Amino acid sequence: MINRRDFLKATGAVGLFVSFPLSAFQEPEKVPQRPSYPKDFNAYLKIGPDGRVGCFVGKIEMGQGTMTALAVLAAEELDVPLERVDMLMGDTDLCPWDGGTWGSLSVWQFGPVLRGAAAEARAVLVQLASEQLGVPVARLQVREGLVSVAGDPARHVSYGQLVEGRRIERHLQDVKPKPVAQFSLVGKNAPRKDGRPKVTGAARYAADLLPPGTLHACLLRPPAHGARLLSVDVSAAEQMAGIKVIQNGDLVAVLHARPDVARKALGLVRAQFQPSPSTLDDRNIFDHLLKAAPPAKELAARGSIPAGAARVEQRLEATYLNSYVAHAPLEPHTAVAQWDKGRLTVWASTQAPFPLKGQLAQALGLRPQEVRVITPFLGGGFGGKGIAPQALEAARLARLAGTPVQVAWSRQEEFFLDTFRPAALVKIRSGLDKDGRIAFWEHHVYCAGEAEAETVYDIPHQRILASGGWMGGNPPGLHPFGIGPWRAPAANTNVYARESHMDALAARAHLDPLEFRLKHLKNPRMIAVLHAVEKVFGWRPRPGPSGRGFGVACADHRDTLVAAMAEVAVDAKTGEVQVKRVVVAQDMGVVVNPDGARQQMEGCITMGLGYALSEEVRFKDGKVLDENFDTYKIPRFSQVPEIQTILIDNPSLPAQGGGEPAIVVMGALLANAIHDAVGVPMLQLPMTPERIRKAMEARPSA
Amino acid sequence: MAKTITFTLNGNLVSVEADGSRMLAYVLRSDLGLTGTKIGCGEGLCGACTVLLDGEAVRSCSTPLEGVAGKSVLTIEGLERDGVLHPVQEAFLSHGAYQCGFCTPGMILSTVALLQKTPGPDRQRVAEALDGNLCRCGAHVRILAAVEAAAAKGGVR
Repeated sequence: MINRRDFLKATGAVGLFVSFPLSAFQEPEKVPQRPSYPKDFNAYLKIGPDGRVGCFVGKIEMGQGTMTALAVLAAEELDVPLERVDMLMGDTDLCPWDGGTWGSLSVWQFGPVLRGAAAEARAVLVQLASEQLGVPVARLQVREGLVSVAGDPARHVSYGQLVEGRRIERHLQDVKPKPVAQFSLVGKNAPRKDGRPKVTGAARYAADLLPPGTLHACLLRPPAHGARLLSVDVSAAEQMAGIKVIQNGDLVAVLHARPDVARKALGLVRAQFQPSPSTLDDRNIFDHLLKAAPPAKELAARGSIPAGAARVEQRLEATYLNSYVAHAPLEPHTAVAQWDKGRLTVWASTQAPFPLKGQLAQALGLRPQEVRVITPFLGGGFGGKGIAPQALEAARLARLAGTPVQVAWSRQEEFFLDTFRPAALVKIRSGLDKDGRIAFWEHHVYCAGEAEAETVYDIPHQRILASGGWMGGNPPGLHPFGIGPWRAPAANTNVYARESHMDALAARAHLDPLEFRLKHLKNPRMIAVLHAVEKVFGWRPRPGPSGRGFGVACADHRDTLVAAMAEVAVDAKTGEVQVKRVVVAQDMGVVVNPDGARQQMEGCITMGLGYALSEEVRFKDGKVLDENFDTYKIPRFSQVPEIQTILIDNPSLPAQGGGEPAIVVMGALLANAIHDAVGVPMLQLPMTPERIRKAMEARPSA
Repeated sequence: MAKTITFTLNGNLVSVEADGSRMLAYVLRSDLGLTGTKIGCGEGLCGACTVLLDGEAVRSCSTPLEGVAGKSVLTIEGLERDGVLHPVQEAFLSHGAYQCGFCTPGMILSTVALLQKTPGPDRQRVAEALDGNLCRCGAHVRILAAVEAAAAKGGVR
């Protein structure tokens, strides 16, 4: 994001803020529990005398391209050039309320709000122009922020001249945003707004913002989850020059003007902890989860399982497992806190600045207006920065230290304190009738969550059950550490199980896995995405397992439909997998920025290689054993396959989210491709070389 | 013990009064205010802190300050000249070879070092050279395309 002072200058917004209190745009303080998007378009848009448009949104940019996509929507509705829109995001003093940036919702859910605001602003501006030029609205046209008389373009007035940097007091009801057919920017590749600062190193992240006098704090952490502090000796650390030690309740921290010196001093703190009572580890966890999971909730039911089971010729039951995975954004959780006359300002790497503001106010006994959260660029989030406990740590320490304080978690802290994607199981019971059709299907997911547990296939007798999930409501001690949403929460697990099971059934039916899917699909959009990927991939039907290493999978992620095919090679001796190519087709309705959408698809495919093949959190007795990237293996260049992405043009559906859909198929896609290559189903993610070797050794023929 | 260490930083001679065992990344960011160098793992495992030391790509989080005395350090801030981007920066920009941007300075500097040594690397050589630079967003295919495009245009200045 650009420097704030320059930004305010550029948008001419400085004078505006003097005359109009910012609180006018905030959520009503009386009902903080149920805030909503403000109705007044001035909350989102400010037009400077030079015609630049300041676009204020509570969303944040973490690499997903929301800054650009939202700028495209504002520019489209206002009829101004994209380069004239300046985005200011995630500042709770300057931006309108927002619930948080996650779930691939920024375009799908917030996009219409911003479009509505911009469309109304444009209509008001045209009305003002009509009065100034003395010409009816119907005879006016707008191009690049200039309102002119049709057929007499010399008579014109610009947005900048109309507004002169002031707040627009007029409002219009029921202004409709543009129909798809009139789009001129939406649907075209847009240059990213965050590009230049990111390639020059000028982009600022939370760790890069240091008010004068900032001290860097390193906190004492327990060696294991559940380990209680018994005693602490800070005397050696205190002797280091320039070191300040703070002990306050559960907080023990060393502070220094240099972050590395503070870290070194923390190493001198001697502490004794009671061992963790946890007896769980990454091997016994699945039995534990099965026993301790909350009661099942029925998500869907159709027909009767016994009636379906009575008609089957072949039954197939399987249990699918997946491990805990870490978010592991390259930027660890970081925050800088500064107090000024009782008012707190926090710069934080958070996906949810407004909820964080409320949490800080509550925890620190402040009124909401006494807290400001500013969100610079995030170095990745993936759901893991929905919570930002480091912000409260920084705020408490800054109050105690009397200076601004930065808390930047080390990589070890990031792995220890992350809220992992929960380990989970899915039990599927099913059967085929004499025609090779699925007669019944029961899907019971434990501990992942509900998203996409329901099947996309047309099955007469089915029942879908979920026991607990990432969103909470779990019995205490179910997980040995924090869990939370991880890019497309629950969906990765459920789709892995469902689509793997589809291939296992297809093999039993001696049918090609694509043909088997098509035989059970009614949704024409899903059929179309499958055919789109089939064509580009060059799929030649053959019943599996074919030995070719070909895989297919599809999913419906919140009305974005995605289908994928892959080719893998498996080293029979080592169990190593090389993914050779992946093709993904996606129908996400109207595509706002095609190049941005493709970047998200590529990111999903690449990130998805990790949870499919190599990523899992190892732990024992409350300790997280993976502490850095040497043992926690995220995808690297040498593993990246050839990737092709296909966007299906679908103007009949409004723009959906694109940050998640393609990742949900990756576990299943590679499991099916490996199954096709080695001839045995893959019943646990990640499919490490060791697990693949074991599965191959257990082959009936081996 | 604090001592004065002098080296060339982005073309200018600088002297830092600091403990020579401190790692370069923190000195660059905290003492010298050059925050374009990122710290992602602190142990030389992710590549976000990559800088060039006499033209070689090194992990500045694991490079002691005393090791750069009398040498030349190039950080991401030193690549752009008079408002003109380095060809590698230009290629990253035009190929959308970044998402969150946190690994980008290190990626770009690793690429600059690669292309100085190997002007026309094939894809395998690029993947090898960048394998220690982690990107969590999955911008890899764009980065590979950007490196190839920069190489095709000479890639060096």
